[in-house]
Amino acid sequence: MSTFLQYLFSGLTVGSIYALSALGFTIVYNARGIVNFAQGDFLMLGGMVTATLVPLGWSLPAAISVAVVVTVVCAALLQRFAIAPAGKADPVSLIIITIGASIFIQGIAQNAMGRNQHIVPSFSGDAPIHFLGASLLPQSLWAMGGAAALVAGVTWFFRGSLVGKGMQAMAINADAARLMGIRNGSMLLLAFCLSAFIGAVAGALAAPITTTVYDIGLPLGLKGFVGATLGGLGNGFGAVVGGLLLGIMEAMIAGYVSPAYKDAVPFVLIIVIMLVVPQGLFGSRVKDRV
Amino acid sequence: MLHQVFSERKLSRALLCALGLSVLSFGSAFAADPIKVGAIVSATGPASFLGDPQEKTLHFYVDAINAAGGVAGRKIELLIYDDGSDAAKANSFTKRLIQQDHVDFIVGASTTGSTMAMVPLVGASKVPTLALGAGSVIVEPVKPYVFRMPHSDRLAAQKVLGDMKKKGITKFALLSDTGGYGKSGRNETQKMAASMGLTIVVDETYGERDADMTPLITHVKQSDAQALLMFGTGQAPAIITKNFRQLGLKIPLYATHGQASYEFIRLAGPAGEGVLMPSPALFVADQLPGGDPQKAVSMKYKADFEGKFKMDVSTFGGYGYDGLMMGLDAIKRAGSTDKDKVRDALEQTKNFVGISGIYTMSPTDHGGLDISAFRMVQIKSGKFVEVK
Repeated sequence: MSTFLQYLFSGLTVGSIYALSALGFTIVYNARGIVNFAQGDFLMLGGMVTATLVPLGWSLPAAISVAVVVTVVCAALLQRFAIAPAGKADPVSLIIITIGASIFIQGIAQNAMGRNQHIVPSFSGDAPIHFLGASLLPQSLWAMGGAAALVAGVTWFFRGSLVGKGMQAMAINADAARLMGIRNGSMLLLAFCLSAFIGAVAGALAAPITTTVYDIGLPLGLKGFVGATLGGLGNGFGAVVGGLLLGIMEAMIAGYVSPAYKDAVPFVLIIVIMLVVPQGLFGSRVKDRV
Repeated sequence: MLHQVFSERKLSRALLCALGLSVLSFGSAFAADPIKVGAIVSATGPASFLGDPQEKTLHFYVDAINAAGGVAGRKIELLIYDDGSDAAKANSFTKRLIQQDHVDFIVGASTTGSTMAMVPLVGASKVPTLALGAGSVIVEPVKPYVFRMPHSDRLAAQKVLGDMKKKGITKFALLSDTGGYGKSGRNETQKMAASMGLTIVVDETYGERDADMTPLITHVKQSDAQALLMFGTGQAPAIITKNFRQLGLKIPLYATHGQASYEFIRLAGPAGEGVLMPSPALFVADQLPGGDPQKAVSMKYKADFEGKFKMDVSTFGGYGYDGLMMGLDAIKRAGSTDKDKVRDALEQTKNFVGISGIYTMSPTDHGGLDISAFRMVQIKSGKFVEVK
C-alpha cells in the first residue's frame, strides 16, 4: 500500500506540472485553433529565469515574479510579431511558426543563461513529510497546491469574468464574437499571455524538483501536449485530468514494470489516443460546424 | 601622358608586391610549420559539463605555451570543433580535421559515444588520438592510434566496490543510465562484482533526462541492498541523490567520477552531504602531502583555470589538459610530428604526471592509469574531502 502511495505521490507531483502545461496548450488552442509548441519553453523560462536570479541575491518571490513577467512579455512578443502577421494562415503554418519560435527562445536562453543545469532552492526546504508509509517532499505539495490554485483561478476567469466569457465566445465562433464587439486580436494576445503565465509559474514550481536547463521545454511541452490531447484538445478540464493521468501512468509504469519503459508512456499513449479515441476522454465528437 | 601615368602605377604596384612578398618570406623563414592540434569537444548539449571546461583548458594552455615560445620553437595551432554532444557530428568533424586541416594529433571527443564514432576514421588515417571519453571500450581491444585520458569505468567500479568490501558490504543496488557511460559502467560493475564476490540485488536503468526517480529508489528501499551505486552522467544522479534523501535511506550512496564536480554538489544541495565517489587528486590537492607528485601540477591547474575563467575547476577539463600535454610531450620525445613516431612515443610514456593521475602507457595498455590515480572522496559541508 505504501509503495502504491509512493508511486502515486510521484505521479501526482509531475502530473501537476504536466497538467499546467496541458492547460496552457488548451487556452491557446481554444483561442485560435493552433497548438503552440513554444508552450514548453514558457515553462523553461519560468524555471530558468528564477534559477538565474536567485543566486544573484534575489528573494524567491521576487525572482519568480520577474520570471513570470519575462515569460509573459515573451509570449506577447511571439503573438504580436510571429502569429498576428501571419493573418489568416492555416493552422499548420502557424504551428510551424511556433516551433520556430520555440527554437529561437531556446537559443536566447542558452546564450543569456548558459548551457548548464540550474537549480532553484526548494520553497520550504527538503525535510520529507511521511504519510502512511510514503514520503513526500514539501516542494511536491507546492507543485500540487500551486497547480490546483492556478486551475481554480483559470476556471473562475473563464466562467466568472466577462473577459473570460469573451474568450470562450471567440472559441465557439470567432466571427460571431467579433460581431458582438469582442476583438479577436486582443483576445488572442490575452490567450498567449495567460498560457505563458500558467507555464512560467509551473516552470518555477517544477524547477526545484527537476533542475532546469535551456532545453527542458521540449519534454515538458511534449508531455503537456499529450496530456491535453488525452483529455480532449480544447477541453480545459480534460487537459488537467489528462496531465495528471499521464504523470500517474508514468510513475506506475516506472514503479511496477520498469523505469526503462517510463519514457515510452507518452509516445505510446498518443498513438493509442489517435487510434482509439481521437477526441480525447472529454472532447466532444462534433468537430465541424455546419 | 595617360600612358606614362599608367605605367608608373603599374611599376609602383609591382614594387609594392615585390616588397610584400619579400617581407612575407622574410617572416616565414623564422616561423617553422606550426604544430597542428585538432580537438573535438562537446562544448554544447547535454555533455557540455564535460566539453566546456575542456574547450577553455585547451585554449588557455595553447595560448600560454605559444606565448612562452611554443614547442621546440614551433607554435601550436589549435583547430577545435564542437560536436554538440552528437556522435554523428563528431564523425564529420573528424573527417574535416584529417582531410582538410591535416592535424598532427587529435584531442577528443568528450563522450564515449562521440569517441567511438571517431575511432574508425583516425585508425584508417593513422592519426594519434587522445580520447577524453571514459568508456572501457575505447581502448579495449587496443586500437593502435587511440589512447584514453580519463579513468575507465572499470577503474571506478573497482574503486567503489573495493570501498564497499572494506565496509563489509556484500549486496548492493546499481542504478545506471542508458547512455554510453552508464551502459558501459553497468557492464563493468557486473563483471567486477562477480570477481570480487559481491551481489547486485537491484539492477535498474533510467533515462539521462528523467526528472523523478522515486519509483526506482522505492525498489532499492524494498530490497536488502546495503549500498547504492549510481553510474551515470548529467543531472540525473543529483536528482537520484535528492530522492534518496527524501525516502530516508541510510545506506551509503556511491557515485562515480562522472559526478566529481562542484556542479554536482551545487545541484544535489544539502542532499549531497555524505555521498562517496572516486575522484582524481585535483579536488583534494590542497590536502595532499607536500611530497605527492601530483600536488604541484594540480594546484597550478586549479590556480590557472579559476584565475582566468572565474569558475570552479573541473576534473573533466583536466582530461583535456592531460590529452594536450601528453600529445605535445610525445612530439618532443619523438623529435618530430611524424604520426607513427608520435604514436610510438605515446606508447612509451612513463610516469607522466597529469591532472587525472600518473600515466604509464604500453603497447597493450592505452589507458595508462591504475587504481592509484583515484582517491576516494566524500562530500562534507559542500566540499570534497579525501577518505582513506
